[in-house]
Amino acid sequence: MSTTSIDLQPHGGGHGHEGQDPHFQHHFTTMEQQFDTSKIGMWLFLATEILLFGGLFVGFGLMQGRYPREFVEAHTYLQRSLGALNTIVLLVSSWTMVMAVHSARTNQRKKTVMFLAFTIVCACIFLGVKYFEYSAKFEEGLLPAKYYWHKENSIPACPAGPATATPTIPGCTHGYATFFAFYFMMTGLHGIHIVVGIALLTWIMLRANKGEFSGAYYTPVDLVGLYWHIVDMIWIYLFPLYYLIS
Amino acid sequence: MEHVVKSGAPVGQRPRPTKNYLNETTGIWSWMTTLDHKRIGIMYLCGVLTAFFIGGMFALLVRLSLLTPTHKIFGRVLMDAEQYNRAFSLHGIVMVFLFIIPAIPGSLTNFVLPLMIGAKDVAFPRLNLASFYLWCLGLLMALTSIAMGPVDTGWTFYTPYSTTTTGAVPMAAMAAFVLGFSSIFTGLNFIATVHKLRMPGMGWFDMPLFVWGMYSTAVIQVLATPVIGITLVLMVLERVFGIGIFDARMGGDPVLFQHFFWFYSHPAVYIMILPGMAIISELMPTFSKKTIFGYRAIAYSSVSLALVSFIVWGHHMFVAGQSQLANVVFSALTFLVAIPSGVKVFNWLTTMYKGNVSLETPMLYALTFMITFGIGGLTGIPLATLATDVHLTDTYFVVAHFHYVMMGGTVIAFLGGLHYWWPKMTGRMYSETWGRVSAVLVFVGFNTTFLTQFILGSRGMPRRYYNYLDQFQPLHMYSTFGSWILALGFFIMAAYLLASLRKPADAPDNPWGGTTMEWETSSPPIAHNFEEQPVLEHEPYDYRHRVTV
Amino acid sequence: MNWGVQWMLPAAGSDFARYSDTIYAGLFWLCMAMFAGIAIATVYFPLRYRFKAGRVTPHQTHNTQLEVIWSVAPLILCVVIFFIGLKGYLSYAVAPANSMEIQVTAKQWLWQFEYPDGSRTINDLHLPIGKNAHFVMTSDDVLHDFFVPDMRVKMDIVPGRYTEVWFNPTVLGKHVFTCAEYCGKGHSDMHGVLTVENDAEFANFLETGGTEWEDYFSGKDPTKTPEVWGKLQWERKGCNSCHNLDGTRSKGPSWKGIWGKMEKLNNGTTVLVDEAYVRESMMQPQAKVVEGFEPIMPTFQGLLKPKEIDGLVAFIKSLQ
Repeated sequence: MSTTSIDLQPHGGGHGHEGQDPHFQHHFTTMEQQFDTSKIGMWLFLATEILLFGGLFVGFGLMQGRYPREFVEAHTYLQRSLGALNTIVLLVSSWTMVMAVHSARTNQRKKTVMFLAFTIVCACIFLGVKYFEYSAKFEEGLLPAKYYWHKENSIPACPAGPATATPTIPGCTHGYATFFAFYFMMTGLHGIHIVVGIALLTWIMLRANKGEFSGAYYTPVDLVGLYWHIVDMIWIYLFPLYYLIS
Repeated sequence: MEHVVKSGAPVGQRPRPTKNYLNETTGIWSWMTTLDHKRIGIMYLCGVLTAFFIGGMFALLVRLSLLTPTHKIFGRVLMDAEQYNRAFSLHGIVMVFLFIIPAIPGSLTNFVLPLMIGAKDVAFPRLNLASFYLWCLGLLMALTSIAMGPVDTGWTFYTPYSTTTTGAVPMAAMAAFVLGFSSIFTGLNFIATVHKLRMPGMGWFDMPLFVWGMYSTAVIQVLATPVIGITLVLMVLERVFGIGIFDARMGGDPVLFQHFFWFYSHPAVYIMILPGMAIISELMPTFSKKTIFGYRAIAYSSVSLALVSFIVWGHHMFVAGQSQLANVVFSALTFLVAIPSGVKVFNWLTTMYKGNVSLETPMLYALTFMITFGIGGLTGIPLATLATDVHLTDTYFVVAHFHYVMMGGTVIAFLGGLHYWWPKMTGRMYSETWGRVSAVLVFVGFNTTFLTQFILGSRGMPRRYYNYLDQFQPLHMYSTFGSWILALGFFIMAAYLLASLRKPADAPDNPWGGTTMEWETSSPPIAHNFEEQPVLEHEPYDYRHRVTV
Repeated sequence: MNWGVQWMLPAAGSDFARYSDTIYAGLFWLCMAMFAGIAIATVYFPLRYRFKAGRVTPHQTHNTQLEVIWSVAPLILCVVIFFIGLKGYLSYAVAPANSMEIQVTAKQWLWQFEYPDGSRTINDLHLPIGKNAHFVMTSDDVLHDFFVPDMRVKMDIVPGRYTEVWFNPTVLGKHVFTCAEYCGKGHSDMHGVLTVENDAEFANFLETGGTEWEDYFSGKDPTKTPEVWGKLQWERKGCNSCHNLDGTRSKGPSWKGIWGKMEKLNNGTTVLVDEAYVRESMMQPQAKVVEGFEPIMPTFQGLLKPKEIDGLVAFIKSLQ
């Protein structure tokens, strides 16, 4: 059973400069194959991110069905203007990210670094705005779950004690506490992804500065770009869900 | 026409290379930083077998406690109710998350899949190593949770018990979370590998069925696992911060947890069985020296199982309080998912028809699979049937059913694959005689342990019970005896497998007469798998050009 | 119908149980037949086609006709089984309108049953033979499950909501019921006895107000005395909504220290607060109303059982 009549070098080679490119991984046959495979991997990872957040979206939807009035009322305590500002900031950052990928691909080192820096700045602005939003919530007592104590609301606290079969009093604090629990969980998880994104962006910005990327190899920029777009997209769903529904 | 000896090795074996993946580099650091899928597979193998041992010890403890209604061994009570509850919980957690989900993908698939498609490695070797280290972290966290306070929630972590009981529930849940990511990265790696790294000439329908099975598994791993991740996070946050999503006292719904949980955990059981089926699809043609019957049907059924597995989760909740409509829909869909499995069994059996069947140890496991997975699958029918499920669910009938499919299915297939690829991985042949002895003990022990449990269940013995009515004692006793026979079979297996490692590495390239690419390279393989890039030259499982002499 | 599977099942205690058993038997034999096919092939083929050096095997890649048959036939079979199961399930799922409703509260690790007349029992369920019994269930803490093997019924009990199950017992005698959803340390001890009896015995059981009171009058447990039992009734029967224990005025007089007092009534007479007065006040509250209070107390005729009244009397007496 002979294996082959094509006698390739055991370490790739055959197309272009693969043998010389320091980023070439030798279980691939061409750089193009390596790039395509990396993209598939990234898209698969992003699918898992969508499912991760998806679980929270489903949970939110079900709780909204359980406490429709409280959820709608609780929305009014979120600051729409700040949410809108953050949306614009992230959209801008997505644009700068696209420009960064394009610059990397067209061998423009300085522009790549610049656009990545702008993206990081936008991300930091986003986090800054979130800090203001969160501190406002903390001060007002619009806290998640059992920590909820918002004094402005004249809603009665829900009865404590053993679980009973009678549904909770309509309009008691459970609905609000749950709303804010989801608010903090979802924006918090999203915020963690932004922080990770900042770390990734910084890393590739430093690599770009060293001139590592070119038309032949810009995979990390492209992949971080994909990640960043998903993080932006998740916010695009979060924003109307939390801030705009009335 | 190629002449091969009975074992399948070509007459006039290729000269053996001096360096292979095992001795190419030495030292523990070279193993800990390896990017070689074969070495990672071996490390995973050691890990999951350790986990199997730990989980198995818990199982033996549980069965020992159930030997008599008094729980006494040699006059002393073995465990009290709380300790028993922890023992069965840990048995489940270790076996499900640390063993059965990662075992075949992490160990055998990692080793064999790139070889089968003529590739040098998986798509993302560094991610592969990261998967392994995540598994190790998960193991450490699980052991830490045992030290901090073993959980007693069952592996299912149902609320509100899990959000209120003592024990290191967050640590155990987060161990499962970490293990989930290990699983996701493995699946992600295999999907990319199968898409992009197949050798020249190998189209989708030229791939071995093992690859189809593992690809289908990988799809489930990537899509379903994030959901258990977020579910466990929600449960832990509920426990720590009192969110109120699952807790009735805070206006939540305990049944919602079950929906979230089983949305992953049902597809998870297909993560468990599809690799087992994938192995059987390799064993049957090889040991029948005949092409697999119904290649396309098996390939399509693997993918359809993966997809349909996502829409049947409610059959774990027929008496949980979900609506009657939900019960009807889930029951109907569950019957649907039975068909592809049945088709595979028929195809495998037909492969032997007019074949040239030899009964080496891997084949003994494959034949055992037909029986034990057959029983497991068939006993799913009264469980899918609403009228009978009401009586049988939450009893030992279910315990027997899932052990028949998970252990009688996946573990038996895993053992078959382990013995099949052992010479390829280690370069050594184990003792065939002891292999057969162990296989028989495993078959007898397994059936003795679990067949009786169907009767216990249908007679009304609920599961997760420390105490039981006296009338159930004889059946419990037989079940415990069976567990000892099973344990003996495993200990003998460990002994002869380890003993084989002391022999020189002189196994033939192709001891069984397989037709897939891994048998075209040396046993053990060289570090970069093949001397020259392989190119596809024949259909999968084509025995027309081989004559055994 | 006994199709040879009775040895695997408990004795059927209801018509639904027999129906479920028939389906079970059918499935059992069907599965046995399919298993026989698989097992025979698994054993026969390796023997009949055992390895012989030099044998050439046919290159059978597929057989479309055969594969279609063995995909479609099981599919049809599955559809049929599904509908049979569905029919059985629908007959079980919804309680008939003329059912006796029993409230079930499960908690770690006991069962509390409340009958239509207000009687309560712990772990001790009585039902009249041949009558539909409809259980409306909730939990005070974690998930539980009401499983009656002889009746082939099972339903989870969920805190924060009600779940329901019903059956019609047709076999006299004792049947076990037990918890079937893991609930902690006492899960495997959380069982009780269902006694199916004829109408007269059941009526007598209700008359004596259930059996929960027995623990409080047996003297075995120092924490369970008739006074404690009486206090429970003060909470459960709603006495506490009008009579408090701290001496302050509410809609009704406080019970603190009234035993043995001379109470002034609204018609100017006085009466000694003794056992006869207390009993009369429960049954005919308008007969003697304390001065300064409105005659608003409802009668507890038929709502308080003898042992419950005994407990209340002991409790009031103890509030010196």
